[in-house]
Amino acid sequence: MSPIATAALAKTAPPAPPRRRARSGPPTRRLMAPATLFLLAWMIVPLAMTLYYSVRHYNLMMPELRNFVGATNYKLLLTDPTFWHSLVNTLVLVMACLAITVALGLGLALLFNRTFPGRGVARTLAISPFFVMPVVTGLIWKNMLFHPVYGLLAWLARELGLAPFDWLAQQPMLSIVIMIAWEWTPFALLILLTGLQSLPEDQIEAARLDGAGRWQEFRHIVVPHLGQVLYVVVMLESIFFLTSFAEIYATTSGGPGTATTNLPYYIYQNAFFQYDIGLSSAAAVGAVVLANVFSFFLIRFVAGNLNAGSAR
Amino acid sequence: MKTRRTSHVLLSLLAYAVALVMFFPILWMLLTAFKTEQDAFSITPQLAFAPTLESFRTALEQGSGYWHYAFNSLFSAVVSTLAGLLLAVPAAYAMAFYPSRRTDFTLVWMVSTKFIPAVGVLIPIFLVYKNLRLLDNLWGLTALFTAMNLPLLVWMAYSYFKDIPRDIVEASAIDGAATVQTMWRVVLPLALPGLASAGLLALILAWNESFWSLTMTDHKAATLAVYIASFKSAEGLFWAKMSAASVLTVTPIVVLGWFAQRQMVRGLTFGAVK
Repeated sequence: MSPIATAALAKTAPPAPPRRRARSGPPTRRLMAPATLFLLAWMIVPLAMTLYYSVRHYNLMMPELRNFVGATNYKLLLTDPTFWHSLVNTLVLVMACLAITVALGLGLALLFNRTFPGRGVARTLAISPFFVMPVVTGLIWKNMLFHPVYGLLAWLARELGLAPFDWLAQQPMLSIVIMIAWEWTPFALLILLTGLQSLPEDQIEAARLDGAGRWQEFRHIVVPHLGQVLYVVVMLESIFFLTSFAEIYATTSGGPGTATTNLPYYIYQNAFFQYDIGLSSAAAVGAVVLANVFSFFLIRFVAGNLNAGSAR
Repeated sequence: MKTRRTSHVLLSLLAYAVALVMFFPILWMLLTAFKTEQDAFSITPQLAFAPTLESFRTALEQGSGYWHYAFNSLFSAVVSTLAGLLLAVPAAYAMAFYPSRRTDFTLVWMVSTKFIPAVGVLIPIFLVYKNLRLLDNLWGLTALFTAMNLPLLVWMAYSYFKDIPRDIVEASAIDGAATVQTMWRVVLPLALPGLASAGLLALILAWNESFWSLTMTDHKAATLAVYIASFKSAEGLFWAKMSAASVLTVTPIVVLGWFAQRQMVRGLTFGAVK
């Protein structure tokens, strides 16, 4: 155990009897080493390797050519229209899914925050999509709901006298957004509902006594309290939406053309079908940077909560 | 007063309707699984159909490979969860009960690895696994699932340990119990419900994991996610079979998820929402 740790412990712990002093102290390091080493080996080392590959010329088709090329991969990346397209697609997907899941999730949370018979069952049914495997989500929607002839939505359109619509071909991005939003609205609902249920009841009571209307109550008590919860939902969802993959893999494979190729799918294609390790590593660095923009704020928030939370 | 009651009833009805709409795709999959292939692939949706277990039979029969994939899914989910707990619990224990100046940093660092997008580490892991012959290897996949869930498990274990009063641990230490004894006899029983729910969440996430299974496995170590994905090119031929396989894949986890709702909120928001 390090001297610093011992000193910190001596400060916080009440004076221990001499018997305990005689021991070598708790084996903090040995307890933490396995988890630390595992995360280093599986996350940090590969991350460093991605950075390394991104400045090398490295194509699996020509394994003998592996020299340092500086920023060449990044330059190639920035001049590849598909990369820009995938970047735009990624952002569109994140923004659209965020808007839908947060708006719907908030509405549903308010709806389910009231007491009515069968609330538990209704809520449980409504959050179920979150537990469905993404590949299953993709295939169910693609085949049984979106199919232009045999899909349920096609039948509904015919019944309503509308023209047949091939969702995944004509509105591929919208279709992907619908599927992902279907999976993640329950997540927003569940977390916002938990947030609503921990509302400061006494403040609401006081506001009502002061004659606050429903809207005022919502605006001045519910919204500020939910602000924090919303922040967490937005940040977490952003990070997950940035890495959406399985839904696209199972339905459009990034197409038609590059209409639904997002950054993860772009990297996957370049690495696994073009064998271009250098270029796809450069794109992967881009994906990490993009995710960090969001996670920076989230981690700061979590870190800030660390000691406040434990005091509770 | 009367309008209030009407609006209450209307809002309740709206809640039922919304719940039904959200659940509908799952329900439709469930219904399709009990249809014949002809009923499943019909231009007008068949509601009054003669339910059959035929699709389940074909999905489960010897040649379908379902059991192979199900075993891989179960193995990787269970083993990665147990391994994750085995790694996370000691680390969280040390951080919760013997904090040092570096503890906050270490904890936040561990949590932050959860936010590294999988594509950011995909290529090196693929190449290293290829060299070590860990591609399409169940242990290799299980290790990835472990790494994926470890930050979450450390965080959850830490937050449950923090809920245990320090006095209890100190009293046990004063009585002369060694650290390992204190951890085993005093702390773990108290934290067990919390750790179990953390494990449940890890199990759900590992079972549903698709990115690593799709990129790192082919057949030998492929999980149910890969099996289901193989239906993607079957244009309308096997909707009932696909639904039956999906039902078998999704049902256990959805049911587990119903029981893990509250823990999921706590775990996935890293304690920000309880």
